Amino acid sequence: MDRLTKDDVHPKILQKLLEDSDITIEDALENEMILNMGPQHPATHGVLRLLLRLDGETVIGCVPDVGYLHRGYEKMAENMTYYEYIPHTDRLDYISPLANNVAWVLAVEKLAGIEVPVRAQYIRMIVAELARIASHLVAIGSFAMDVGALTVFLWTLREREKIMDIWDILCGARFTNSYTRIGGVANDAQPEALALVKRFIDEIDSNLSECESLLNTNRIFIERLDGVGVISKEDALSYGYTGPNLRASGVEFDLRRATPYLQYDKVDFRIPVFTEGDCLARYFVRADEVRESAKIVKQCLQLMQPGEIKANLPKSVLPQKTEVYSKMEELIHDFMIVNFGINPPVGEVYHAIEGSKGELGFYLVSKGEGHPWKCKIRSPSFIHIQSLPHLVKGHMVSDVVAIIGSIDPIMGEADK
Amino acid sequence: MGLEAKLNSDGFLVTQLDAVVAWARKNSVYPMPMGISCCAIEMMASADPKYDIARFGSEVMRFTPRQCDLMIVAGTVTYKMSHVVRKIYEQMPDPKWVIAMGACTSTGGMYRSYSVVQGIDQFLPVDVYVAGCPPRPDNLLNALIQIQNKIGRTRARDFQNLKLPELNVIQNN
Amino acid sequence: MELKELISQKLQTNFPEAELEFSEYRNEFNLKFNKKFVNPICKFLKEDTELEFLLCEDMTAVDWAKRKNRFTVVYHIFSIKHNFRLVLKADVDESDCSIDTVSSVWKTSNWQERECYDMYGIKFNNHPDLRRIYMPEEFEYHPLRKDFPLMGIPGSLPLPKK
Repeated sequence: MDRLTKDDVHPKILQKLLEDSDITIEDALENEMILNMGPQHPATHGVLRLLLRLDGETVIGCVPDVGYLHRGYEKMAENMTYYEYIPHTDRLDYISPLANNVAWVLAVEKLAGIEVPVRAQYIRMIVAELARIASHLVAIGSFAMDVGALTVFLWTLREREKIMDIWDILCGARFTNSYTRIGGVANDAQPEALALVKRFIDEIDSNLSECESLLNTNRIFIERLDGVGVISKEDALSYGYTGPNLRASGVEFDLRRATPYLQYDKVDFRIPVFTEGDCLARYFVRADEVRESAKIVKQCLQLMQPGEIKANLPKSVLPQKTEVYSKMEELIHDFMIVNFGINPPVGEVYHAIEGSKGELGFYLVSKGEGHPWKCKIRSPSFIHIQSLPHLVKGHMVSDVVAIIGSIDPIMGEADK
Repeated sequence: MGLEAKLNSDGFLVTQLDAVVAWARKNSVYPMPMGISCCAIEMMASADPKYDIARFGSEVMRFTPRQCDLMIVAGTVTYKMSHVVRKIYEQMPDPKWVIAMGACTSTGGMYRSYSVVQGIDQFLPVDVYVAGCPPRPDNLLNALIQIQNKIGRTRARDFQNLKLPELNVIQNN
Repeated sequence: MELKELISQKLQTNFPEAELEFSEYRNEFNLKFNKKFVNPICKFLKEDTELEFLLCEDMTAVDWAKRKNRFTVVYHIFSIKHNFRLVLKADVDESDCSIDTVSSVWKTSNWQERECYDMYGIKFNNHPDLRRIYMPEEFEYHPLRKDFPLMGIPGSLPLPKK
C-alpha cells in the first residue's frame, strides 16, 4: 500500500483533523491513525473524499474534502442565456435530471413572470416524480450494495431502466433529457409514452416489494443500519437538512406541501415521516416515497386534459420548430431568443422545489440582460455532506460507508 | 462454437504464443471504473442486465487499480481531480489501456470553465474516445470492442522490456 | 397581524440602529440591514418563539462589480412553522471585505460561508474553519468575482506531468 505523503494531504486539512476531537485518548501517538477515503472509492458515490482519524476501528474525527468535481456552474451561468443553461442543469444531480430541469425553468419563469399552461404543468409533475422514483431506486440500490446486498442493486437498476425507456420516447434522450422549456415543455407527451408510464406505475408497487423483500427481513441489513448515523431533529434542522433525510428525523416538511408549486395542491399524497433519524429510517422514507410518487403520477394521468403545452408569449417562449421552418414571425422570434435571450425584468428571485435529494433551489439575479447576472444553486447534497463528521463520529469504519449511502449525496450537485 | 470446434481428433492445435496471449488478454479485460460524474451512471447501466457488459468478458469491475488493465475515465476531470486520475493510472500494471468516455473527458465538452481540464489527453495517453454526453451504454460497449480489437493486434513481446513504474512514493516513506 | 408586519415590527423595536429596509418582489419578502447586525438579527429570528426561522436554506453573495458597496451577502431563511421564506441582505464593501459569521446560529452556514469565501473572497469573522472548499488551497483567485475570466488564469492550476 502507498502511504499518504505530504503532497496528498494539505497541512491545513491535517491541522483541522488533529484539532477536532471530542473523544480523549490516553496515548494519542500510539493509538491513532489517519485513513484517506476517496476520491476514488466505490462507496463514496463519486468523488467525495474523507479523511478519517481512527482509534483502532472507531472514527474519532472526519474531515470531508469536496471540490473534485467543481465544474464552475455558477460562473458558466453568468456567461450564457437562460435557454442555454437548461442542458447544464441535467448534469447537476445526474440521477434525476428532469427534476433539475423543472427547478430551473420554474425559477426563470418566476423571474420573468411567465404563466405556464396546465397540461405542461402536469407533464412536468409526471417527469419530476418519475425522476424522484429513478433517483430513489438508485439510492436504495447503491445503498444496499454498499452494505453488501448486491442483488438489490441489479433489481432496482432494472426498474430504473424502464424509466429510462419512458424518457427515451418522451424526450428523445435516455439520460440527459433537457426536456423542459421556459414557458412549457419541448414537445407534447405522446400517448405511447403515457401508456408506458401507466404500465410502469401499475407495476412499481409489486416490483419494489420484491426488492424490499430482500432487505426488510434481512437480519444483516437491519442490524448494520439500525441505530447507526443518528441525527436528532434539532441537529438536522440546524444542519439545513431537507428532503428524505429531514423526514427520517421526524420533521414533516415537504416543499410540495409547504409552498405548493405546479399543481401539487390538486393531488393527494402522504408525506412519509420516521422519527428514528438513523440509516434505516432514511432507507424506509425513500422506499415509501417511491410509492407516494407513483400515486401522484397516477393522479396526474387522470387529471391531465389535452391542451397547449407552451405559453403563448412569442418574445420569451421558443416557438415550435415546425413553425420556425414555415413562418416568418416565428423565425424572427426564434432568432432573437436564441441570439439575445429572453430579457427578464431587473430583480432577484429564489425558487426551490422538492428535488429527490432535498430542497433544490435556484437564486437568480437579473439586470435585465439576456443572461443572468448571478445564479446560485442551492444543492441539497452539499448541505448533507457537511453533516458527515457529526454522523460518523464514534462509529466504525464500515459504518461510514453505510452512512454515506444513506444520506445519498451526488457529487455533481454538491460540487457544482 | 469456441475453441473446441478448431480441435482436430487428436485434441491439440498449433498456434503462435502471441495469438494465444492476445486472445486471452482481449477477452478478459478488467476495467477500472474511474467514475467521476454523469458518465459513471451510464457505465453502471452498461453493467446492468439490459446491456450486460459480461458478454464481453469485462464485468469484473475492480475498484483497485492494481488488478485492472483498462481505465474507463467516465466524467468531467477537473484540475483538482487530474492528479488523482494520473496517480491511479500510474498504479495500474502494464499493459494498460484508457477509454475517455464522454465529451467532457475527451475535450472538456460543454464545460468551458476555469476548473475543467479541456481533454484528459493533456496528461494521459488515451486509446479510445467515446462521443456523447453521456454516451449511451451501447456506445461504451462499442468502445470496449475497439479496445479488444486493439489488444488483439498486440504481441506478447511488445510489453517485455517496458520500464517499470517509478516507485518513488514507497521509497520516500 | 400579518407575519410580514410582525417581523418588521419586532425587528424595528429590537434593532433600531440596524438601518432596516423592507421590500417585496414577486412575493418574496426582502430585508436589508447593516452588516454589523447580521449575527444578532439572525439569532433573534431563529430563537424568537413566534417566528422560528429554524432552517437556513441558502447563503451566497452577489458581486455588483462597479458599485460602491461591491458585494451583497444574501441569506434565505425559512420558517417551517409559518411556511414563510425571508431574504436577508447585507452590503459588504471591498475595502473592508468581511462580515460576521452566522455559523454559531445555523450549523449549515459553516460550509456555505466557506463556499462564499472561496468564490468571492469575503472573510467571515470568527468563523471556526475558514478554508477554501472547492478550489485547491494554493489557488490565489476568487472565481466568481466579475473580474475573473471564465476560462481562468493560465497556469494558475497545475496539471500532472504526462
